[in-house]
Amino acid sequence: MNTRLLVPNSAAFDWSTAIPAMPELVLLTIGVVLVALDLFVPTQRRLLPWLTVLGVSVTLLLNLGMSFPLRPDSMLANDGYAAFFSTLCLGCVILTALMREMYAEQVNSHQGEFYYLLIFAAVGMMIMAAAVDLMTIYLGLELMALPIYVLVGMQKQETRTSEAAAKYFLTGVFASALLLFGMSLLYGLTGTSNLTAIGHYIAAHGLLSNSALLVALALMLAGLCFKVAVVPFHMWTPDVYEGAPTVLTAFMSVAPKAAGFAIFGRILFSIFPELYGNWGPVLAFLAILTMAIGNIVALAQTSLKRMLAYSAIAHAGYALLGLVAGTANGMMATMSYLFIYLFMNMGAFGILILLARGQKSRESIDSCKGLAGRNPLLALCMLVFMFSLTGIPPTGGFAGKFYLFQSALAAGYTGTVIIAVLLSAVSAFFYLRIVRLMYMSPADGEVALAQPATAMVVALVISVAGTLLLGVAPGLLFDWAGVALQP
Amino acid sequence: MPLLSVLIFFPVLGGLSLLFLERKTETVRLVALVISLLELLFALPIFFFFDKSTHLVQFKEYHSWIDALNIHYFLGIDGISVLFVLLTALITVLCVMVSWEAIQDKAKEFYIALLVLEGAMMGVFCALDFFLFYVFWEAMLIPMFLIIGIWGGPNRIYATIKFFLYTLVGSLLMLVGIILLYLKGGHTFDVLVLAGQNFDYKLQLLVFWLFFAAFAVKVPMWPVHTWLPDAHTEAPAAGSVILAGVLIKMGAYGFLRFSLPILPEATMAMLGPMLALSVIAIVYGAFVCLGQSDLKRLIAYSSVSHMGFVTLGLFALNQQGLEGSILQMVNHGLVTGALFLAIGIIYERTHTREISAYGGLATTMPVFASFFMLFTLAAIGLPGTCGFIGEWLILLGAFQARPLVAVLAATGLILGAWYMLWLYQRVFFMEVGEKVKKLPPLCVREILTLTPMVLLILWIGIYPDVFLDFLRASVSHLIAQVQNTGVAEVGLHAPVSFP
Repeated sequence: MNTRLLVPNSAAFDWSTAIPAMPELVLLTIGVVLVALDLFVPTQRRLLPWLTVLGVSVTLLLNLGMSFPLRPDSMLANDGYAAFFSTLCLGCVILTALMREMYAEQVNSHQGEFYYLLIFAAVGMMIMAAAVDLMTIYLGLELMALPIYVLVGMQKQETRTSEAAAKYFLTGVFASALLLFGMSLLYGLTGTSNLTAIGHYIAAHGLLSNSALLVALALMLAGLCFKVAVVPFHMWTPDVYEGAPTVLTAFMSVAPKAAGFAIFGRILFSIFPELYGNWGPVLAFLAILTMAIGNIVALAQTSLKRMLAYSAIAHAGYALLGLVAGTANGMMATMSYLFIYLFMNMGAFGILILLARGQKSRESIDSCKGLAGRNPLLALCMLVFMFSLTGIPPTGGFAGKFYLFQSALAAGYTGTVIIAVLLSAVSAFFYLRIVRLMYMSPADGEVALAQPATAMVVALVISVAGTLLLGVAPGLLFDWAGVALQP
Repeated sequence: MPLLSVLIFFPVLGGLSLLFLERKTETVRLVALVISLLELLFALPIFFFFDKSTHLVQFKEYHSWIDALNIHYFLGIDGISVLFVLLTALITVLCVMVSWEAIQDKAKEFYIALLVLEGAMMGVFCALDFFLFYVFWEAMLIPMFLIIGIWGGPNRIYATIKFFLYTLVGSLLMLVGIILLYLKGGHTFDVLVLAGQNFDYKLQLLVFWLFFAAFAVKVPMWPVHTWLPDAHTEAPAAGSVILAGVLIKMGAYGFLRFSLPILPEATMAMLGPMLALSVIAIVYGAFVCLGQSDLKRLIAYSSVSHMGFVTLGLFALNQQGLEGSILQMVNHGLVTGALFLAIGIIYERTHTREISAYGGLATTMPVFASFFMLFTLAAIGLPGTCGFIGEWLILLGAFQARPLVAVLAATGLILGAWYMLWLYQRVFFMEVGEKVKKLPPLCVREILTLTPMVLLILWIGIYPDVFLDFLRASVSHLIAQVQNTGVAEVGLHAPVSFP
């Protein structure tokens, strides 16, 4: 515990310790400004999305530009790892904000709250990415989760969003409790909340064979698996993803998961590296289970939104393969994959928003029918996203999966990878179904689509460009992930 | 000039440039024809300037691409791939020509898919970095999936998904094999370097079967051939021609380029099963042909039989067998490609593939009948046509390796004559069918489409040395590579010369 934080006198407070938190503070300020703007200048509400994009972009650049040497007692680290995950989460926030206005138009619910709640969640995710202390990890996690609980249930006129919010809240709290229980055990065992210190303590005092440590590991794994929706802790995901406003589902399937993987990585590699023999095989098993359930159940879905929800579960399984490897190489693969996933998944959800036009009945996969005839460019974009999610080159999805498989094979998980590639082939079936409906079925009775709003077009262009660019030149991303892992 | 890069990316970019054209079939197909002709023109220097005396890689391009995984942009061709590059360029031109009238709906998208496909196919034959190869190998699936699925026959969706899933499962297993080689072979994807590594025998066996999953599906070898009849039958004429002409050659090419040199010991150990599968494919495919009532399906099964010969020669693993095998791949591309072109031409007129609906075509379309006769004879392997040279070499090679296998395979030739001539009889002779009565004769465009095939079939049939010379050095080097590391089973023979 950092005792200086408890100093009551602000004059005696060492402000230099707050410097690593600069980007978070800036973003927080922007969030508060937006609250004020929304309250006092309601006529200018339509500026909110653009201000959000601007503010988050500024924070993103600030965050990338900041790098401070890690102090042994700091609770946040400004290392490359944090920068990588923050960029990923903030990128997701930007795309979400860009897509939101069109969705709000469709469902006729223009709440300004959406944007600043999103920003507060983003602050939480940045803290998670940078956290090197059990306290900050938990703080970030809750700061991220609370605004999202509200966001999920914000569309009050629809009952299923309230149901989703309730489910998400209950399971989320449960997961937090598990994690917290694990953390308290760790603190009890080692007497410190700093991740590195805990790791050192465990190594120095031969705690590896201590069964309480194993219990702590199991509890924390369970809590984290809840957060990133790994089977069998995924039960909440399909309902919540389906019930939440679509634009938020897009956000939830990427950013909180990425932030979850950020602390997943930190905890496993700083505290439990010596217990790899215990968690490696367990995670491998869970990864297989996740890919299997996600992909196989997705086959049976007739709602595009629900299908994408299951596909999101499956992709968490792929991303887990990098952690399974237990190497820096594997972590790089997971990080790269999450980044690629950002573009392809946000893009796919963007098109779902355009197709569904805010109506639940249009969320069915049938609304893709004949899209190639109705709007060829949109169909082409969706084609790219679907092939990328399947993992067909030359898209980013392939590069990411390739790296993951490579890292897991390097760690000796040949059987796991063979199952993973076969499940990838299973996934082709339902992604291709969308392509088939778009290109090979007549548009029965479906009218032309409304012209997408400018912001939506920007979001789609970014997504397609990212998906293709990372497919052709994934080296950029791999190198960045490598740099991010340098101590 | 980076010739191979041009060959790969010119059609891709050309195809994408069609996006900016107006949606008019006349303009689009003309531009597509020009692009494919230019591509053929770009490919010609390879025919003239390829150094036939060496097995070394030529027209090399080597740049770093993804440093984190030591992946390079490595292109090059040798005797094994050179003919396929030329074949691809030629076949695509013919595909554009045969689609001229047939594709009216969404013509723009069709030519984009076709040209992008051409670029990817070029990439497959030119890539010498395993990762790069895999990228092209899989990228090819996307346009092909669309070509069959959008412009195909009534049952096209079933056919295209079957095609896609079969190929994808195989390819993904190959991907695991590729990564295993990368990890155990000093973290490189360079095919030439990997070929020099002596991998552990157990690993070789595992990877051999992982590769087998991809290549056998593509060839297709029995018993994973079942996607082919569906895909061939349902694909539009151009799709069938590409499938028969280039796509299914990639399986055999994969064996030649990767399995044999990189996994020599496993290859030597697995010769027996591979030869057995080849013979089964030859005989089984031929028998199934006899039972077909659908024109395209019959030719599709004949492909299974003919590709059986190709793998037979390949796994006979001697100079004649391999030379025959590669030549037969080209021959099969020409002959079966030509047959599908021809069928496309009459299908456009009658809109039926039922053999029983035809009859007496020789009286209404005599010029077409003579073209088809020549293709039929080439498919049977009559001396003077290219089919004879390829099959003869393969049987010669197989006889040296396993006499019994060669004897069994030779029965495929008899059956081949049976089903092809019977087909010819039913379609072109006998009573004039109702649908056939008022068919217009071949137009100039159609004659121009078929003529290059005729010329090449006769050229290879009469003077094959021009083409065999391309292969000779690379094939003998390949055999030496396999046999030096593996158990010597078959001796090295001097190359055969024709005539």
